[in-house]
Amino acid sequence: MTTADGQRNGHGDAGGETTVAGWGRVAVPGREVRRADLERATEDAVLTRGLARSYGDASLPPPSRPVVVASPLADRIVSFDRETGLLRAEAGLSLKEMNRLLLPRGWFTPVTPGTQFVTLGGMVAADVHGKNHHRAGCFGEHVTALKVRTGDGVVRECSPEREPDLFLATIGGMGLTGHVLEVECRLIRVPSPWIVCDSERVPDVDHYVEGLKEAGPRWPYTVGWIDCLSRGRNLGRGILQRGRFAEPDEAPRRAPTPLTRLRVPFECPEWVLGPWSVRAFNAAYYAAHGLDRKVRVVHPESFFYPLDAILDWNLLYGRRGFTQYQCVLPEAAGRGAARRFLELLTERGGASFLCVIKDCGPEGRGILSFPMKGISIALDVAIRDDTQSLVDALNELVLAEGGRVYLAKDSFTRAEHFRAMEPRLERFLEIRRRYDPDGRIRSAQSVRLFGDAP
Amino acid sequence: MRVVFVGATQGMGRALSRLLAERGDALFLLGRDEAELARSARDLEARAPAATTVGTAPLDLAGSAGFDAALTAADDALGGFDTVVVTAGLFATQEELEADPARLEELLTVNFTNTVLFCEAARKRLLARGGGTLAVFSSVAGDRGRKPVALYGATKAGLSHYLESLDHRYRAAGLATVCVKPGFVRTGMTEGLKAPPFAGEPVAVAHRVLAAILDRRPVVYAPAAWWWVMAIVRRLPRFVMRRVGF
Ligand SMILES: Cc1cc2nc3c(=O)[nH]c(=O)nc-3n(C[C@H](O)[C@H](O)[C@H](O)COP(=O)(O)OP(=O)(O)OC[C@H]3O[C@@H](n4cnc5c(N)ncnc54)[C@H](O)[C@@H]3O)c2cc1C
Ligand SMILES: NC(=O)c1ccc[n+]([C@@H]2O[C@H](COP(=O)([O-])OP(=O)(O)OC[C@H]3O[C@@H](n4cnc5c(N)ncnc54)[C@H](OP(=O)(O)O)[C@@H]3O)[C@@H](O)[C@H]2O)c1
Repeated sequence: MTTADGQRNGHGDAGGETTVAGWGRVAVPGREVRRADLERATEDAVLTRGLARSYGDASLPPPSRPVVVASPLADRIVSFDRETGLLRAEAGLSLKEMNRLLLPRGWFTPVTPGTQFVTLGGMVAADVHGKNHHRAGCFGEHVTALKVRTGDGVVRECSPEREPDLFLATIGGMGLTGHVLEVECRLIRVPSPWIVCDSERVPDVDHYVEGLKEAGPRWPYTVGWIDCLSRGRNLGRGILQRGRFAEPDEAPRRAPTPLTRLRVPFECPEWVLGPWSVRAFNAAYYAAHGLDRKVRVVHPESFFYPLDAILDWNLLYGRRGFTQYQCVLPEAAGRGAARRFLELLTERGGASFLCVIKDCGPEGRGILSFPMKGISIALDVAIRDDTQSLVDALNELVLAEGGRVYLAKDSFTRAEHFRAMEPRLERFLEIRRRYDPDGRIRSAQSVRLFGDAP
Repeated sequence: MRVVFVGATQGMGRALSRLLAERGDALFLLGRDEAELARSARDLEARAPAATTVGTAPLDLAGSAGFDAALTAADDALGGFDTVVVTAGLFATQEELEADPARLEELLTVNFTNTVLFCEAARKRLLARGGGTLAVFSSVAGDRGRKPVALYGATKAGLSHYLESLDHRYRAAGLATVCVKPGFVRTGMTEGLKAPPFAGEPVAVAHRVLAAILDRRPVVYAPAAWWWVMAIVRRLPRFVMRRVGF
């Protein structure tokens, strides 16, 4: 279902049978129930989700209990301290609303993913990271307390001091420790809502990773886009961006108004994002930047959320939908790891419209939190007959390099690969059993990866 | 504005009260569940441009007692209100209402009798101080007798009728009555119902209603497309209405 303001959330009712889907648009039979009274709505539920911006099956219910509670109507601020920036809110509050309301007042989320159509609950459950992971870590580092309904039905307040195991397992726990009802976190003060962005073309992936690591100590936000279809000498050429909030004297005096958005009106045929069009786009995008390094003051939305400019862009991927493959490769694997990854990708002919490489700082405190010191690579892959074997091959390389995949994006990883990547899983499952002895809370993803009851 | 608000806890009321709070209007909330009221009051305080307090008092439209006490509490807290907004209301499908007489009675009472009684109490206070604005949420369902909303629609037809008359009667005395007629809007009320074309979002509706309140417009359809839809539906001959399912 598409609602105004981009609150699309993969809820459809094609031909009588209702389906639910994540952002990748691969649907399963089931239903989403949006409720403002989250505490009551979760009494008997097996899973809660937010705006369904996770790509794969993390936000999808298990086959035998096909109803997922959706939180976006539970969006009240419980308290906001105007002096310290400590925010407590119901889990369905969207980042878009937080930004609209608080950025003009000088407060910003300490960590933001690449879209603002996410909820606080989703940011906690996936322990999201942003372009400042090397500086600020994941969102969970800034969370001070959570209110959770655990699988045993009890509503609990947890924090680093109070029921710390539950707190740490819930951060990055993909909703599998219980339903997050409220989130308390610390926002950061920004000097202005505008961004100073410094961008530069880089000729290949080695220079790219070098540039990323070099910029880290000096710039809070770094990110880049990679052309992963170019081969050989040009493999992984791209555009590297560094950013920081502008000081008041550098920025326009006015507050940035929300940018207008385009909408993809219908599901597109598969060639729209096929290899030829992607190659042409990538070449044009790379060329358009020009040779010179550019320093500009830009709108925060265009810096942090370039993809939000087009609502429902996931329709571009056509009927079969798409997946995002995101992995982190540890520093120990060496700087050549990115090149090895891209070589395997191009060898397998994996065309990707979007390929982003980010710098990651140390592992966070969430028990299943995704990032670790090294780099993260994310690419969108249109689903084709060979997608499973492509993901298998990438996963084998990631395993060999000592890395892991991001559950918020995943829908193809095999249980045996995941277990091999996740020595932390046992501890997580042990905590989960304590709070949910009957194994009630589960998702399509936990059925697939953790062996939960379908 | 100094606004008394009934129904700010959810749906369109939540969205509209937020717009008012963000403008810096003073608010006082009335409703049936004190814990919910307090939560909404804290949300609105956080959204206000400067630190402020949003007061609350109990008011349950299922009964007709306590309306004056609630309005007095609001008057005291606001130093005399000039605007009253009522978004509170119940909905149930025709099938549910036909099957459950108790539920039907509650809906008829809340949506019509007690809403009107509350409006009477509020309008007397406003008129006594030279007028103000009374904005009440009715529905497009009151514009025409239709199969799927015979009972709910009847409460809204009665309410729209009352609000129109009130506006004719007291406009000259300074009281503007705004009758809000939402079409299908995605709130908790309509969750689980199949959304028709032109379904709206609470925030967009709230913007439109706020503009109407500021302009003191007697009737506002929201989303706007429903004005056209209802202009046609109102004119359809009876034999057509008898056949169609909507
Ligand atoms: C364009 C785009 C860019 C993105 N960029 C980034 C990025 O840069 N960094 C990053 O880390 N992620 C990124 N993501 C992924 C996204 O941030 C996460 O998937 C996030 O969890 C989505 O939030 P949501 O509210 O939509 O949650 P959903 O997708 O609805 O749910 C995600 C998971 O959280 C759980 N969950 C949600 N709410 C609750 C709750 N109240 N209680 C318990 N469990 C809950 C769900 O069960 C599910 O397992 C991006 C996604 C998109 C579409
Ligand atoms: N949504 C639509 O599509 C639609 C279409 C046409 C007209 N309308 C009308 O628009 C208005 C708002 O609808 P909505 O969708 O925003 O509804 P909603 O989300 O269900 O909210 C209804 C509000 O009314 C309050 N309320 C209910 N019964 C009450 C009572 N007995 N006493 C006091 N308050 C009571 C509720 O308070 P609690 O928090 O205590 O429950 C809640 O704040 C209603 O009058 C509705 O009939 C809606």
